[in-house]
Formats: sequence, structure tokens, C-alpha cells
Amino acid sequence: MKIVVLIKQTPDTAELPKVAAEEVKSGTIKATMVINPWDEFAAEEAIQLAERFNGDAIALSVGAPGAVDALKHAVAMGVGSAALVDNASLRDGDIWATAALLAAAVKAQGAVDLVLTGKQSVDDNSGTVFVGVAGKLHWPLLTNVIKVREIADGVVTVERLVEGGQETVSAPLPAVISVAKEINEPRYPSFMGIRKANKASIPTLSAGDLGVVTPANKTQWTNIRKPEVRRTQVNIIGGATVQEKAAKLVDALLAEKVI
Amino acid sequence: MSVLVWIEQMNGQAVASSWEVLGKARQVADDLGAPLVAVAMGADINATAELARQYGADLVLTITSPVLENYRLSAYAAGLRRAIEEVEAVVVLTSATTRGRELSAAVACELEAGLAPDAVDLRVEADKVVAVRAIYSGNILTDVTFDSPVQFASIRPRSFPMPEAGEAVAELQPLDLGVNEDQVAEKVLEVKSTDTGEIGLTDAKIIVSGGRGVAADPVKGFAMVTELAQTLGAAVGASRAAVDAGYIPYRYQVGQTGRTVKPDLYIASGISGAIQHLAGMGSSKVIVAINKDREAPIFERANYGIVGDLYEVLPALTAEFKKRLK
Ligand SMILES: Cc1cc2nc3c(=O)[nH]c(=O)nc-3n(C[C@H](O)[C@H](O)[C@H](O)COP(=O)(O)OP(=O)(O)OC[C@H]3O[C@@H](n4cnc5c(N)ncnc54)[C@H](O)[C@@H]3O)c2cc1C
Ligand SMILES: Nc1ncnc2c1ncn2[C@@H]1O[C@H](COP(=O)(O)O)[C@@H](O)[C@H]1O
Repeated sequence: MKIVVLIKQTPDTAELPKVAAEEVKSGTIKATMVINPWDEFAAEEAIQLAERFNGDAIALSVGAPGAVDALKHAVAMGVGSAALVDNASLRDGDIWATAALLAAAVKAQGAVDLVLTGKQSVDDNSGTVFVGVAGKLHWPLLTNVIKVREIADGVVTVERLVEGGQETVSAPLPAVISVAKEINEPRYPSFMGIRKANKASIPTLSAGDLGVVTPANKTQWTNIRKPEVRRTQVNIIGGATVQEKAAKLVDALLAEKVI
Repeated sequence: MSVLVWIEQMNGQAVASSWEVLGKARQVADDLGAPLVAVAMGADINATAELARQYGADLVLTITSPVLENYRLSAYAAGLRRAIEEVEAVVVLTSATTRGRELSAAVACELEAGLAPDAVDLRVEADKVVAVRAIYSGNILTDVTFDSPVQFASIRPRSFPMPEAGEAVAELQPLDLGVNEDQVAEKVLEVKSTDTGEIGLTDAKIIVSGGRGVAADPVKGFAMVTELAQTLGAAVGASRAAVDAGYIPYRYQVGQTGRTVKPDLYIASGISGAIQHLAGMGSSKVIVAINKDREAPIFERANYGIVGDLYEVLPALTAEFKKRLK
């Protein structure tokens, strides 16, 4: 069993509010960069599945040279090996080109059975790259997976969350799976793991190495800006008793016509 | 040339946010001078197709097949592609539900077309659609312009108002899916509905949320939150602290790593207003905060506040609403 996990490096979520429009425009984000939190669940699942089915887990990322740190985090958690695909040819939000590079990098690993991904990246927020990876590979896609029940006879059976319910679905391997946060508790890298990751050699591949001509961008980001800050002056409802306060608030909300 | 909207159906009923998209698409179609086409897919979609006529489509495509009984991406993608070809769609829109998001992406990828996922606004400029996306978890906005002849977007629920139902003039046109069961890789083995009849967070007009402030007696606290919600016909929400502490399941979580919501009224009780929580509900129309700490940051974003103990304030509010809403 060969399992690939797709890891993106993204800004630390606590620093997202500080990201300036200029930084997004220039592509130079000053925030501390970490492993995309949703991808920790995918990495954890890859490690567990590799143990369960006696396989190998490989982490892949498309990113700038610094993204190697996110891959190291995955290796420190217990993923066997990793490779980085240089993103020099990519522009912001270029979903299909990112997917094309990732799909080619998956193919370059040989006979891969399963690709695991996070639910979405905390910067692009598209929740779409895995759809593109599955599309480019022509493999089935199962999204929002909360449990991998079984992998047997070339078929993977999973439980997935859908709006209003939960379903059990199977698909033939190879397949792409995006995981939801209910699937596991990602582990913290151990001291030994961190040492191993620091020694690991993580190759960098280019689009050329992978034989990919990155497709032309189909969308552009323009007028990148900060959302207007909502300035509210809070109306603190006073009153002698809690009943009086409640009554005044209800008056106000009825007048706002939001009830 | 046309504007095409997928009307999602779940448990035999159209998903409400599909109508918001159809309503906005009417304007996009008018601006482009193109007809507005709706497509409904499923094993039985008569009711949905009829509603699509009333909500303003010029033409309603129906694709019925036993293969479409349960939603499966590859089967539905084949159907959407059929519809796009049939009406030569140049703009393809879905609601950004879990399904709408992946469906629009799968077909856009296949057609090598541009996609704006989870867009919060749309407009037409120089005969092309321009979408607006909230990225960096809502901390940055960007316009998305398209370089492809066909333009795809999924639209975040509650970005646009519900259209008014009108006279049904559209024709119904059945289309063949052209896919049989053997061609669909995914097999659905079991479906469990967790639909308890409660109102879903993403579509809710009113949300009442609870946070770590209920810690003294979480069961009682969330019972009070729920009672107020029921009184108002509202959905229940929660902060991550409440979810992490096990007071309530994750699917109720509002915020950066939970759901993004945009109700008309959001009542936060015992929630401090951390940036990650605000990221999920900060664009609510009216925000009410109930918190015993006047210094809690939630009061900086709230329109109305009551400084007090939620165990007293929530029941008082419920009682007052019950009196007035009779
Ligand atoms: C990567 C990341 C992602 C995150 N994602 C989310 C997310 O999606 N959603 C989310 O909510 N958080 C998220 N958080 C967590 C967030 O930072 C806060 O920790 C969390 O929102 C706090 O929840 P709270 O307001 O319920 O708890 P607290 O911050 O502990 O606030 C409790 C409040 O209750 C008040 N209170 C106490 N007792 C009473 C009483 N009897 N009556 C009235 N008021 C009372 C207190 O004054 C206090 O203001 C995330 C954090 C990180 C790092
Ligand atoms: N540049 C990337 N490198 C590796 N994986 C990625 C990259 N971008 C997205 N992914 C994967 O796709 C998921 C969805 O990302 P997104 O579509 O950007 O929201 C992420 O959780 C990752 O697992």
C-alpha cells in the first residue's frame, strides 16, 4: 500500500487577521508559516493507515522552498518520506495548476493506492484542490471522510459526513480522499520524530522534472483588499431587573425586524 | 449561450440556498442578455423542478435516473456536464454546500474552466462575471475575474436574498443522463440521516449560540440556549471551547474551523468573542452578546449587549419572547 498525503504550508491561523492586502498581492506573506491545520488530520490518517495496512506514507506539497518545514512536520509526526514541488510557475489561487502539479507528483511516486488531503487550506479557503487532483488523475473522490472503515480487494470503504446525514460509501482504488476533522486526533511530533525529520532529505522537484506544462491561469485575483471593519457601537441594555433588560432587548430586536 | 444553476435536492426537497443562487442568477442572466436555465437531478425531482419554474428560471432541465437516487459526484458531474452542453452555458452556478462546491469544481476542472469557490458576491462587468471571494479565513477579500469562456462559481449560502416566487412560465425539458450504474465508481452502502428536524446552521435566519460561559452547568446552559432557539425558530450554535469541552457536538461549531454563518440575528451567550469565533459569525446582521464580563471582546462587535449571568438572562429572554410572539 502506498499512501500519499497532500500538505500545504499556510499562515498560522492566529496571525491571519494581520495579513495585509499588499502581502497577498506580492505573494510575500510575513506571518509565521505552519502546516495547514486541516492537513494534520490527513497526515495522521496516512500514518495510521500505513500502520494498519503495512504500507508507506509519503507527503507531497506544492510550495515555496520554505514549505519544506510543513513537510518536515509531517515526517516528524511519522510520515515516511516527503517531496516538495517548486511553485515558481504558479500564481495566487491557481487551483487547476496546483492540482496538475500535485497529480503529476503523485504519479511520480509509482503505484499509489490512496491520496489523502485536508478539507481546505486556511489561506485559499477553496476546498477544491483535491477535486482537481482526483480529476487530473481520473480517480474517484470521496470528500469529508470521518472514518476509513476498510481497504480490501482493491476497494476502500469510508464513512463520510454530508449535510443532514452520514453515509457509507465505497470506491475502487486508487482513490482520493479528503478528510474531516472528526476522523482522528493528530499527534504531536515526538522528539525522535523531530530529529528524524531534521535529518530527512526532502527532494525538490520542478514542473519540468515532472513533465508538467502548467496550464494557463483561468482566473485572476484582482482588487485584493481588507474587508471593511464593521464599526458597531454596542448598546448595552440597562435595567433594574433581568426581566426589564430582557423586555428592552426584545423591543429593540422587534424594531430591528430581525425576528 | 445561457446561465445555468444547479438546484440541489436533499431527502426529496430542494435545498433552500439553491433558490438564493437562482434569484441572483436572474440578474446575472439579464445583465448578460442570456436565458436563465435551472437543472434538477435525482430519482424523483418533480416538486423541485416545479419550484424552479416559480423562482424565475426561463427553462428547467430535468435529469431523472435511478443512478441519481443517492448523490454521487461522478454521476452528478456527468449530468451537469450534459446540461452545460445542452444549453451552451457560459456561467454555471451552484450553492456552496458540500455537494455544490465539489460538483462545480469537478466539472470546471474537467472543462478546464475558471472557478470561484464559495463566492460571496457576483456581478457582471464587460460581459463577464466577476466573483468576490473571502480568503485568508475572511481576513482578505478578492475579486475573481475569469479568462475562460465558461465561468463557474459556487455561492456561499445566505449571500443573496431568497427570491419571490412568481408565475411559472418556464418549460420543462427532460435530458438523458447517459450514464448507467456500471459507469459510476462510488457505491453508497448506507445512508444515516442525522436530520433531527432542527434548523441547519448555514441556512438559519437566527442563531443562538453558547460558549464556555455555560461551564458551571453545561447541560442546563445548553438546554436554555436550545429553548430560546426553539422559541425563535432559530438554529443552535456553539464556540469551539464549548465543543472541545464536550458540551455539544462539533457540527454546531461556529467559527474559523467550524461553520461560517450569516444570520439576520446572532445571539452569543457566554462567548468571549475570540477572533476565530468572529471569523465565522462577524458578518451577521445584528449581533447580541450576553456575557457577565463587560470587557469581553464580543461587545466590540455586538449591536446589543446584556451584561449579566446567562443562566438568568436566557430564561428571561425566552419568557419575554414567548409573551410577545404569541
Ligand atoms: C486554529 C484555531 C482555530 C479556532 N477555531 C475556532 C472556531 O472555529 N470557533 C470558535 O468559537 N473558536 C475557535 N478557536 C478558539 C478561540 O480562540 C477561543 O478559544 C474560543 O472561541 C473561546 O470560546 P468561548 O468564547 O466559548 O470561551 P471563553 O473565551 O472562555 O469565553 C467564555 C465567556 O463566557 C463568559 N461567561 C462565563 N460565565 C458566564 C455566565 N454565567 N454568564 C454569562 N457569561 C459568562 C466569560 O466572561 C467569557 O467571556 C480557534 C482557535 C485556534 C487556535
Ligand atoms: N499547494 C498545495 N500543496 C499540497 N497540498 C495542497 C496544496 N493546496 C491544497 N492542497 C491540499 O488540498 C486541500 C484543500 O486545499 P484548498 O483547495 O486550497 O482549500 C488542502 O487541505 C491540502 O491537503
